[in-house]
Amino acid sequence: MRARQTTWLRSAAGIAWKDLAIEWHSREIVYTMGFLATLVVLVFSFALVAGQDSKLGPGTIAGILWVAVLFSGTVALSRTFDREREGEAIRSLLLSPVPRSAIYAGKLAATSCIMFFVELVVTPLVGVFFSAPVAEHAAWLALQLLLGTIGFAAAGVVFSAALLRSRSRDALLGALLFPVVVPVLMAGARGTTLLLDAEVPDLDPAVFWTRFLGAVDVIFVAVGVWAFEPVAVGE
Amino acid sequence: MGESPLPEYHPPVTSSQNNAPFAVLLAVSAVGFLAVPFLIVLAPIEPTMGIIQKIFYFHAPIAWLLLLSTGVCAAGSIAYLFAGSDGGDRLAHASAELGVLFGACTLVTGPMWARVAWGVFWTWDARLTSSLLLWLMLVAYLLARRYGGPGAKKLSAALALFAAADAPLFYVSVNVWRTIHPKTTVVPSLGWPMARVFLSCLLLFTIFFGVLLMLRLRLEKARVALAELEIAHEDAREARS
Amino acid sequence: MNGELSLEGIGKTFGRHRALVDLTLSFSAGEVAAVLGPNGAGKSTLLGILSTLVRPTSGRVSFAGQTVLRHSLVRTTIGYVGHEPGLYGDLTARQNLQLFANLYGVPDAHQRVDQMLERVALADVRRDAIARTFSRGMQQRLALARALLHEPQILLFDEPSSALDPAGAAWLAEELARERAAGRLVVLVTHDLDAAAAVASHLVILRRGRLAFDERRSAGFAAPEVRALYEERTHAR
Repeated sequence: MRARQTTWLRSAAGIAWKDLAIEWHSREIVYTMGFLATLVVLVFSFALVAGQDSKLGPGTIAGILWVAVLFSGTVALSRTFDREREGEAIRSLLLSPVPRSAIYAGKLAATSCIMFFVELVVTPLVGVFFSAPVAEHAAWLALQLLLGTIGFAAAGVVFSAALLRSRSRDALLGALLFPVVVPVLMAGARGTTLLLDAEVPDLDPAVFWTRFLGAVDVIFVAVGVWAFEPVAVGE
Repeated sequence: MGESPLPEYHPPVTSSQNNAPFAVLLAVSAVGFLAVPFLIVLAPIEPTMGIIQKIFYFHAPIAWLLLLSTGVCAAGSIAYLFAGSDGGDRLAHASAELGVLFGACTLVTGPMWARVAWGVFWTWDARLTSSLLLWLMLVAYLLARRYGGPGAKKLSAALALFAAADAPLFYVSVNVWRTIHPKTTVVPSLGWPMARVFLSCLLLFTIFFGVLLMLRLRLEKARVALAELEIAHEDAREARS
Repeated sequence: MNGELSLEGIGKTFGRHRALVDLTLSFSAGEVAAVLGPNGAGKSTLLGILSTLVRPTSGRVSFAGQTVLRHSLVRTTIGYVGHEPGLYGDLTARQNLQLFANLYGVPDAHQRVDQMLERVALADVRRDAIARTFSRGMQQRLALARALLHEPQILLFDEPSSALDPAGAAWLAEELARERAAGRLVVLVTHDLDAAAAVASHLVILRRGRLAFDERRSAGFAAPEVRALYEERTHAR
């Protein structure tokens, strides 16, 4: 019996499933990331809200949400790769015939799912804390968050993999990732602002930014797939 | 047991062949350094903004060098990541350093102009912001290289790829976001007397960039030669023991 | 496996550190090759190159005359057990093996997983016990199951018994002999000279990245002889 090569899709799915199964088991990332995201939102509200009656504008609320996503997202990224490092599981993965692009895709899918799940919980909280109409264009908002998450993770998976054995991993991941994902942050915050703003007449500008996020995703995933292989193998 | 002499060591051929073009570029740069202040002073004064407009003659070329550095860094990183070219890695490192240098100059001269032209040092408009972000990414490149641990070179190379992908994304934002920065179309609308000063500055600054890049690469080559010398010395010692 | 796995003029440099220098040797099927040497001799680097994860700076690796590139098909022939188990601590034994069975495209995955768990005596472990709760010995056994899942022709071991108790080490020696009898190539990097002597038919000693000893003996090596050779070849004259 000789081992066959399994299909690319099945390999990627297997790897994504593995990360999600681990997360289902321990729920560690979801809890810590969710908690951190909520705290970021709260910290911002304490810092920005002046008095009891002052209300934050849609731009500020959208900004707070996206910043919370970004900061807590780095937790998801570093933890999913920590699991590869424990017990050198990453070596077993790299030794298998699975193409590196499938490993990248699997990791990207799993990280995005976990992050998106947390966002689905934190966004209603934001709506409650700031009396923001998050339910009004919920589908578009969810789409923006999903696309933004994918873009963030597309770059994040590459850097997290490269920093796997680095001592300064935690210090560097955010420092390197945040400048790169600024287009995601800009488009996401602008798009969400337009969704939350009651005075904006139609959805067209918001739709534009959503499409822009999609375009950024395509570019980042393309660069990410390309850059992941040389980075993951190490020496 | 006496010490036997070290084996013959032949140093790698450094770019002695490159000396002629390098010398020419160096000479042009030196002349340019002397000539540019005169060119700028003698250029016609723009009626609306006055003398401060002349910052444009070196601010814009330096901003161009920031962009050029990013491109060269990305190209070198691609060569390193996909063809295993160490020369590409050295090129990327050198141009990232130059990019940080010229980027810093851009971010200092830009606000000088902004203060006089628009009354504030910083406006968060898209062009200034994109330059800041590009500069930050090159700084991040150097940080990644220094502190990235065992995979530092590959990490920074991957970062350079993303930085290059981001540069046009920022540029697109210029045309979508509200901006008070003069749009790109300002260059064709220059009259010829101003345009020729601008173009000469652009050319001379680019040559200057090339000279600095070559100098930096020579430094790296010398380091590599030194490392090889050390290894040859080790080999000799091994052979004796 | 037909043909030899040969290394010609292999060198590997990490920055300024030369881990391997001009290494030429070959391995064949049906042998257990023990690679010995002091720390820093380059043993793990050698194994890294054989496993295709490390690219040599110079020289070439060939398998049955064909140069081995870092091609994914080659990896289906290789199984690796390292110092660390190479498993996911948060998954159960079965989930771990099923994942790798999927990645290696192993047909009849369920049966094969059960078969391997039987072989390494882990079939009776609680179904939902995650790998992190296993003892070190159990983890190594699971690691071996993972390595053998896809029936590789080449097995690479990097100090596998370093964290095992004597019973575990003895079990491992039995497994190595079994694989050799099955016609596989086993390359064993170890510090345990006695364990090496017990199973090896091919002895390789590295010192500071260079080959210091390379000999095959079908009758094997006696432990005192291995010790003597090791002392002799790894000390400066």
